[in-house]
Amino acid sequence: MPSSSNAAAARHADANWTPDQPIVAIRNVHKSFGDFEVLRGITFDVMKGDVICIIGASGSGKSTLLRCINALVPIDSGSIKVEGQEVHQPNLNTLALRKKVGMVFQQFNLFPHKTALQNIMMAPVQVLKQDKDAVRERARRLLAKVRLEGKEDAYPGELSGGQQQRVAIARSLAMNPDVMLFDEVTSALDPETVNEVLLTIRELAEEGMTCMLVTHEMGFAREVADHMYFTDRGIIVEHGPPQEFFANPKDERTKAFLGQIL
Amino acid sequence: MQEIYEWFRWLNEATGINLTIVYDSYDRERMIDGFVNTIYLSLVCLGFSVIIGIVGAWLQGSPLKWTRRLVNGYIQLFRNTPPLVQMYFFFFALGSLMPRVENEWGIMEPILSNWHWAILSLSFFAGSFNVEIFRSGIEAVPKATVEAAEALGYNRLQTYVYVVLPLALRVCLPALNNNLVNLVKTTTLAYAIAVPEMLYVANQIWSDSLNVPEMMTFLLFAYVLLVGLLVMVMNKWERSMRLPGFGA
Ligand SMILES: Nc1ncnc2c1ncn2[C@@H]1O[C@H](COP(=O)(O)OP(=O)(O)OP(=O)(O)O)[C@@H](O)[C@H]1O
Ligand SMILES: [Mg+2]
Repeated sequence: MPSSSNAAAARHADANWTPDQPIVAIRNVHKSFGDFEVLRGITFDVMKGDVICIIGASGSGKSTLLRCINALVPIDSGSIKVEGQEVHQPNLNTLALRKKVGMVFQQFNLFPHKTALQNIMMAPVQVLKQDKDAVRERARRLLAKVRLEGKEDAYPGELSGGQQQRVAIARSLAMNPDVMLFDEVTSALDPETVNEVLLTIRELAEEGMTCMLVTHEMGFAREVADHMYFTDRGIIVEHGPPQEFFANPKDERTKAFLGQIL
Repeated sequence: MQEIYEWFRWLNEATGINLTIVYDSYDRERMIDGFVNTIYLSLVCLGFSVIIGIVGAWLQGSPLKWTRRLVNGYIQLFRNTPPLVQMYFFFFALGSLMPRVENEWGIMEPILSNWHWAILSLSFFAGSFNVEIFRSGIEAVPKATVEAAEALGYNRLQTYVYVVLPLALRVCLPALNNNLVNLVKTTTLAYAIAVPEMLYVANQIWSDSLNVPEMMTFLLFAYVLLVGLLVMVMNKWERSMRLPGFGA
């Protein structure tokens, strides 16, 4: 299969990276939209298998940060490396990066003209040129994994928000990513369907998938996160393991924020 | 068959309604050719104009400034000039610049015939409208959907082909329908450069048989039929493309 040799080549380019190094390394990242500096020097590492949660007020730059990691948004200065691959360089191998980093969005963003199964199959077949029958097999397994067997032929418009979001997660997983980015993936859902999506994410985390979540679900964050980050106006104000972070916030801004939502 | 021919012959003698295209085999064949030519011209121009629309709309989104300017220049030029002038321009101005080649009987003739020029000018005429139509469809595709494709590793062209275009098409089909109907009607302009489509053939027939009102009436009904067929096919297509939970 051509794709596997591609993958090998892509991995090879970052031959210096080993799994004991950070899978995502973010160094002093700055980003402005016009005059407005959204990210004002963000630095942190994510290790393989880690689940990290980013919380913070609206507009503090959480989405922008995630979108910088898979190069949907260019940065102004600093550095982001994913498995040793520098994300912000002129001749970036975008495909190699996007294969390593899966992303799930608040609004699901499924392709409305394709069925659930086709949504999952599209990128592996059309982008990675993998064998269609093998991909279909994998897509069925992924649908079952997110508890949607039987919904193969449903169009996104025929699924509930929670179901659509789980298809979106399966679609992302079909690319066999090493890191998953979740940007407030339950914020657009009805309360009844939030839990089914959280359950799926929890299972992924337990399987050892490296996850970076932006979330407002504090209870969930406390349970699944290995590490919490609190952002305020483009900087990380405070971070730490969840027990300590929630029980004992040190910074006034963290206290105020947690006080508001807990 | 023979009885039908005889009836139309009788109709002519009894009432003066002279439909030579039915009972006269020579006129009948001419008109069938004209009808087929009109369908052929319509389908070929339809195909090319849609391709021009799709490619043009893609180039309009190019990051290169000059590519965008070129496409916009083309659109302005073709939307803001009469199609008949365009056809004359293609045939007489551009046609005269073309090199000539020897044909199979040893006669020098232009490498592009009046057929070619008619197809070119009509396709570019309808294509200029199609670019704008596709662009309006593309603008209706949510940016977030495009972003999701990018995040899955799709490059710009793949995103356009597999995600943007199929969705844009659904949005712009009604406008596309209108323009294609217009195109079928505009093929009559090929008359001006002697392409033997229906109007041209009708003109030949009425010059010979002096039955102008009959031929005009026939033409009107023939186009009602053709356009009606096109609209039916397009509506069927539109319905089959409808998606649960997407668009109107
Ligand atoms: N493409 C853009 N152009 C201009 N400004 C932008 C763009 N994207 C984001 N911003 C601005 O940057 C700021 C941070 O946005 P971002 O979406 O990263 O915040 P957030 O922390 O994810 O907030 P929320 O919790 O509301 O999702 C906001 O003020 C937003 O208006
Ligand atoms: Mg956000």
